[in-house]
Parts: sequence; C-alpha cells; structure tokens
Amino acid sequence: MAYETQGFNVDNSGKRVVVDPVCRIEGHMRVEVNLDSNNVIRNAVSTGTMWRGIEVILKGRDPRDAWAFAERLCGVCTGTHALTSIRAVENALGITIPENANSIRNIMQLNLEIHDHLVHFYHLHALDWVDVISALKADPKATSALQQSVSPSWPLSSPGYFRDLQNRLKKFVESGQLGPFMNGYWGNPAYLLPPEANLMAVAHYLEALDFQKEIVKIHTIFGGKNPHPNWLVGGVPCAINLHDTGAVGAINMERLNMAEKIINDTITFMDQVYIPDIVAIGSFYKGWLYGGGLSGSSVLAYGDFPDKANDYSPSNLMLPRGAIINGNLNEIHPVDHADPEQIQEFVDHAWYKYPDETKGLHPWDGITEPNYVLGPNTKGTRTNIQELDESGKYSWIKAPRWRGNAMEVGPLARWVVGYAGGHAEIKGSTDKLLKDLGGVPLQAIFSTLGRTAARALEGQWSGYKQKYFFDKLVANCKAGDQSTANVEKWDPKTWPKEAKGYGFTEAPRGALGHWIRVRDGKIENYQMVVPTTWNGSPRDPKGQIGAFEASLMNTPVAKADEPLEILRTIHSFDPCLACSTHVMSPEGKELTSVKVR
Amino acid sequence: MIETFYDVLRRQGITRRSFLKFCSLTATSLGLGSAAVPKIVNAMESKPRTPVLWLHGLECTCCSESFIRSAHPLSKDVVLSMISLDYDDTLMAAAGHQAEAIFDEIVNKYRGQYILAVEGNPPLNEDGMFCIHAGRPFVEKLREVAKDAKAIISWGSCASWGCVQAAKPNPTRATPVHKVITDKPIIKVPGCPPIAEVMTGVITYMLTFDRLPELDRQGRPKMFYGQRIHDKCYRRPHFDAGQFVEQWDDEGARKGYCLYKVGCKGPTTYNACSTTRWNEGVSFPIASGHGCIGCSEDGFWDKGSFYDRVTDIKQFGIESNADKVGGTVAAVAGAAVAAHAAVSALTRARGKQDVKDQAGGN
Repeated sequence: MAYETQGFNVDNSGKRVVVDPVCRIEGHMRVEVNLDSNNVIRNAVSTGTMWRGIEVILKGRDPRDAWAFAERLCGVCTGTHALTSIRAVENALGITIPENANSIRNIMQLNLEIHDHLVHFYHLHALDWVDVISALKADPKATSALQQSVSPSWPLSSPGYFRDLQNRLKKFVESGQLGPFMNGYWGNPAYLLPPEANLMAVAHYLEALDFQKEIVKIHTIFGGKNPHPNWLVGGVPCAINLHDTGAVGAINMERLNMAEKIINDTITFMDQVYIPDIVAIGSFYKGWLYGGGLSGSSVLAYGDFPDKANDYSPSNLMLPRGAIINGNLNEIHPVDHADPEQIQEFVDHAWYKYPDETKGLHPWDGITEPNYVLGPNTKGTRTNIQELDESGKYSWIKAPRWRGNAMEVGPLARWVVGYAGGHAEIKGSTDKLLKDLGGVPLQAIFSTLGRTAARALEGQWSGYKQKYFFDKLVANCKAGDQSTANVEKWDPKTWPKEAKGYGFTEAPRGALGHWIRVRDGKIENYQMVVPTTWNGSPRDPKGQIGAFEASLMNTPVAKADEPLEILRTIHSFDPCLACSTHVMSPEGKELTSVKVR
Repeated sequence: MIETFYDVLRRQGITRRSFLKFCSLTATSLGLGSAAVPKIVNAMESKPRTPVLWLHGLECTCCSESFIRSAHPLSKDVVLSMISLDYDDTLMAAAGHQAEAIFDEIVNKYRGQYILAVEGNPPLNEDGMFCIHAGRPFVEKLREVAKDAKAIISWGSCASWGCVQAAKPNPTRATPVHKVITDKPIIKVPGCPPIAEVMTGVITYMLTFDRLPELDRQGRPKMFYGQRIHDKCYRRPHFDAGQFVEQWDDEGARKGYCLYKVGCKGPTTYNACSTTRWNEGVSFPIASGHGCIGCSEDGFWDKGSFYDRVTDIKQFGIESNADKVGGTVAAVAGAAVAAHAAVSALTRARGKQDVKDQAGGN
C-alpha cells in the first residue's frame, strides 16, 4: 500500500531488503526497506531490537544514586546521562551548584562531544565513505601531496609514511585474515573516493584510534575514569586544592596542566585532521546529497552549556534551544519540557501497551508496559522474524513527538536551529565549510553529508569551548573561589516530601531529557526521552514516519544486496540503541508482571 | 598491519635472542624439552592470529569503549596484529547477511580454535526477544557460537554478573553468560567497564602463554582481581590514621583524605583500579575524589546507596563505626600497616578516641 506523509510517498509494494544486524552502531537495530524497480527506497522501517528497562530499576532508589544507573544507559555517550540525571535531581530539589562545578561539568560534557564525534566519524562511519581495499592502489607520493594540500601543518604527511602504511595494509590483506574489514562492501560503485583519499583516510582511522584515548583523560582527571566517570548531585566530586598541603590529593596545578595540554592537542587534531578530512571527503561526495529526511522540515534542540552556573534559560546557553516545524526556518518555536502538550510519546507501533494508544503521554505521566506482539503480516515467527509488519507494532523504541510532529535531533538539528536563529559561531562555521567545499548551496546541509559535516563542525566548536571553560575555571580559582560542591541539601531530611523536576542536555546524538518524581526521599518515577528515541522513532497513529525512516526515503541503492547507502545514512545519525529503548513508566505498572514463557 | 606474534615482539623492541629464549622457556614450562623449541619458534613466527568473535547482548558498549582506550598494547595493535577480530558488531565494516556469513565461515574454519568474547548478557524473558539479533533471540546466537569456541571471555559486569539491567527487579531476566553456557571455560573480566589494560592484558596473556590465566573461585583472573582496591589504595594511610572526608568539598576532601565515610566501596571491591589505574594511569575514582562504587562486584547495584558506608567488612574489624575504628587503629597500631588484622585489639580499644578530633584538627 502507498500513502503520503510529511512530504513523502511511502510505498511498501516493491522488493523488501532486510539489514539485521545494523553494525557499527551502539546497541542493536534492524532496518527493512522496499525498493522500486529502479532500486530506489520507497519505504523504510527502522526497529530498535533491544530493551533493558533501566527506569523501572530506578524506582525506589536514592535520587543521589540515579546518575550512576542512568550513566549505564550508554557507554559510548558516557557521562551525558549522568549529567542529565543530576540536573533533573537538582531541578526537582532546588539545588544550586558552584561556578567551578559548572565549568568542570561543561568541560566534561564538551569532552564527550569531541570524543564521541571523532570516534563516530573515523571508526563507526568512515567505512561508509572510504574503501579500505582501494587504498592499496594509491600512489604514496600523490597521497602525501594530497595530505599536504588539505592540511599543510599536519606532520604525518611524508611519502614514506604513506608507503609504510600501505605496505602494512598490503600484508594485512594478503594474510586473508581481514578481521573487522571482512565481508565489507569494497569495490561497491557507491564509493567515490580516489585511492589516495582512501589511503589518507585509512591513515587517519588509525591516528584517530590512537588519539581518542588521549582526549578522554579529561574525564579521568575530573571523574576518575573513562568510560563512566563519577558525578555528584550538588557539584562535582573532585575537590580543588591549588595552594596548600595535600594538594596532590585534589585538582592541583599538575592536573590542570595535564588537562590544558590535552585541550590544546585536541584543538589541533580537530583543526588539522578532522575538519580537513570532512572537506576532502565532502568534495568528492557533494553530488550525493540524499538522506535529508526531516532535517529541512522538523528539527528540535534543547540547548546546552550554561555559561553561568544554574541558569538554564536559552540566553545563557551556548548551544541554541528551539523547534522548527513545517520547514519554516523563519520561525523558531520555544520549547518547554514541563508543558504536557509539547513532548509526548506514542506506542501504537512500539512493543508497549497504553490504555488508549491513539493518544500520546507526557514523560511525567507516561506508562510503559512491554507488549511484544507482531503485526498480522509479519513473515516468520515470533522468535524468527523474516520481515516485520510495520502496520502493527515493530520496535522497542517509542515514538516521541513535539506538538504532534516527528522530529530530528542531533548535531545537524542543532546547527539548523542555530543557523536559522543567527547563532554567529554556527552560521560562521557553516558558511566557511560551504565555501571550502567549492561554494555548495546552503540547501546541501539537509543531507546525510550535512549531518556528518555538522557533527564535525560541532566537534571543532566543542574543542574551543572546552578551552573557554578551562580558562574560566582557572580565572575563578585565581579570584579565590575553589569550591566544587554545595552540600546544603545533601541530606534527604532537607528535601520536600514530594518534588518533581527535569534535566536536559545536548547529548552527542541530540536532545536528551530526564524527568523525575521524588517522594519521601526516594525516586517515585523516572523517565528518559533520548536522542535515538526521537531519531529512531517508529510510526505514530497518524502514520508519520521517524527521522531514520524519512532519511532513507527516495535514496537510490547501487547494489540491492549490499546495503552501503542504507548504512551510510543510518550511521550519519550515530544511532545509540541502548539509550533509546529504556523508556519506562513513571506511574506505570511494575514490569515484574512480564510473563515468563 | 598483518604481523605474526614474532613481528609484534620485534617491533616492541624484543630481540631475536630474547624471543628464542622465550620460546625455550615456553617449551620447558610445557614439559616439552629442547627438541620442541624450533617448532614453537616456527609457530610463533608464522601461526595465524587467533580469531575472536565478539558478541553484544544487553549492554551499553562501555566495555568496547574501554578496550579501545588501551595504551599498552595499543588497541590497534591488538586488533590488527595480535588477534583477528573477525566479528564485532561495533567495529566491523559488514552488516546484515554479510555480517552473519562470517559466523559460519569462522566457526567452520576454526572449530575449537576461536575465542568468543561476550559483552553484555542475554535476557531470558519474552522468549529472549528483549534482545533480537538477526530476527532471533540473542541467546540462541550466543549458544550457537559458544558451542565450538575454545574459551569464552565475559567482558565486564554485564556478562560476568548481570550488571545494571539485572538490578532489581531485573525486568528482562538479564542473565550472566556462565548461567547460560555451562560447558566451556569462561574467564570473567568484571567492571563497569573493566580497565582497558586489564582487558588487553588478559588477551595478550592468553596469546603469550597459550593458556587461560589463573582464575579465582569466581572465575576472575587472579593477577588483576586478587586484591581489594582498599588493599593498595594510596589513601589507605589516611584510613588507618582516622582521617576522613566527612562531606563533599570539605577540608578533608581537599587534602585527599579517605573516602570511606562518604561511601567508598574500596574495602569490599576486588579490582586493579588502585594499582593499574585508569586511562594510562592518569587516575582512578578515589584519586579524583569520589568513592569506589564497587562496579566489578556481583550485584553492586543492589547493595544500598553508593554513599552509604560499607558496614559488612568484618574481616577488617570495622563492623560498626568508622568514627571510632579509624581512630582506634591509629591509637592502637601507630604505624597502622597491619592494623586491620588486629580485630581483638580494635574491639578492646574501640571508643577511646573520636576520629573527628583528628580529622577536624588537621
């Protein structure tokens, strides 16, 4: 059958192609598409294939512990759920934090944006653009010339460097043990880079793998470890002691120096490797502008990085807040997390049960009861699915909507909201990139490539903002303030009998919100609506498709049995499935009622 | 990038002579005598890299993220030169049926020779469909791939114990690997996540010595999990001296005192954090001001708040009250190094001194 929604003609009559597992993501997901006779995608079905139920596990716990549970939603975007959680608890209980804690939290969150974006591009996404095997045909001299032309200051650029790398790659391929490169789509006509660009990208794949472990040491300095550093309601756990006895047990001059070096090295890597690679790769793919999906019509950003502590209003946030709908970039709608009419979740196509599934529920009033049933036209069985039936329930991800609209979130959404709102840094960096790509029109950012480019620009922006908050931290210490935690309301006896609140961040993958209710010192309800819940959303009662699904529509596939273009576009969102599939009941029924069969 | 084990050793600065010595020592330790040395040399120089199939169940991918942080050896050297990471859904180029085809190929070609690494765990409720792999329950895939594996590594607390999704009430019935696979050697490498160099240390140990590491009764490598964090904590002298952080960002916190009274689980947690430390030795949780939350211990999510004091460490004689115990340790033992053992002395001396006088007086 065929129908119109959000400007797309959805038609599932053509040949069905299934991709399961979708690899190089966090967690588990499945994609099914229908191709027409020209191998163009006319229907897309995205399915979250895991569910863990963290929110029900949080019920009855100490709100001060919640960050640790929430953090374990995701080890890739590690820390962002913890920060969102402590913000929700502080919002509910009226707890303020010192300026130094705000700076350190922002440094840690920016550090995550940088690390996550870099690892995503080089290790989860690059192989959608880069043909590793083609690199064997490259001329090392020409590769060196290419490297020096795109990034003149980067030292790893000699012909010998690339020749050595190519020889090692050759021996690796000849061994027949291809490891993670086994059964890739090498030679697929959708790969457009010349061999030299491929070899350069392979070099940076390895350089980035070495460098990413340096970036996260910022988390280790302030949070003790990475992945999963430690956080604290009311501030940060690391005390500062710059002058006195015992400084070696706290944040001291040596720790600050280490942080500063990493911050500076990170800026260098972003400026001299990541951004030039985006320009180099983008210049070969700028004619492949599929995958825009909802990015030009419906985008949502919560905003983040409070400049001053404790003020979460848009004017104090360094990334913008707002919603754009119906493709009207001239109007940015305000977003209110507490308004029951704005953010709602639907489950009529998700494996959950509501009393009335025609209606959506706000996170403070949501219900989650798993209900694993398959649609009537499913091919296969309950435990051996061949093809899903998207007319029924088909995903462990709920369908969140903003005022009834399916929305895209993430770096591109933030960049679109920022550009439309005249955010100087966002507008400036975007215009420069478009110019560096040879003057491509602004419209080009509404694409898979645009999503990938916006992430890189945001990584670079985050590098400089990390420096900004580091300088601010040092300046505040110089002014005599070394405090890092506010313990006035640490003791639950100081809390009201009942409280509710919300916290939000811009996680690497997009707008993230946690909603909490506290009663008698314990968590009564906890609800999270995460970026991949927005992007990976299934259909809703109106038949509206989610951002992943929309992005695949109308994309031609070069070889129907090799899902390279599908992976490229899905990966451009940097899906995080462990995050997306935990939405759990505030009021809700206990999940212990799940039947054991 | 393809290098044999010998190439890797050479590149890391190990001489031919040392390599041959290593081979003869290996021969001796295996009881093979000198005749076997050339064979071992040849095998080390030319044997294919051990295939590793890395599966993901219910998890958060923090173990994979930790793994790529390894500094010695670098994760790229492990993946490209030491093992053959033939299946890992987080990193592999292929997807869908091209990915699935790899299972058949490796299992058939290397039957009984490959290592199965499991990150996360299978949920058993809802017919296993809380975690779906290629349209089927993950637990089925786990059983299939485990059948012909040489050994299994359970990465992290999810695979080892169940971790966060198995915390009460465990809605999906998330179940650790050893309760599903019972006929294979399983090495548990717990932690949320485990330390990167512990992960690569376990793998390189197996490649170097061609055997499983010595395990404790719970299945963890003794070399990394044989002692409590508290046993080797650099803040331990403050515990023994009765100098505690009483509240966040207080004088004690700024001086780096012991975090026991704000909930540190170091005294009951077996892991290498206080010695190996994290991210190339930069720090570990206690050194950055937060107590250990005990993330490598079975059921650590359900042992009360992370900020409650540990009260069940009777072997230390700390069964009741740290305010008194820390101080009495200092009073009784002075040098305090062996004080934990002095349970009877503690009991006699308890109550003589208020630790607050000490901690606050510094």
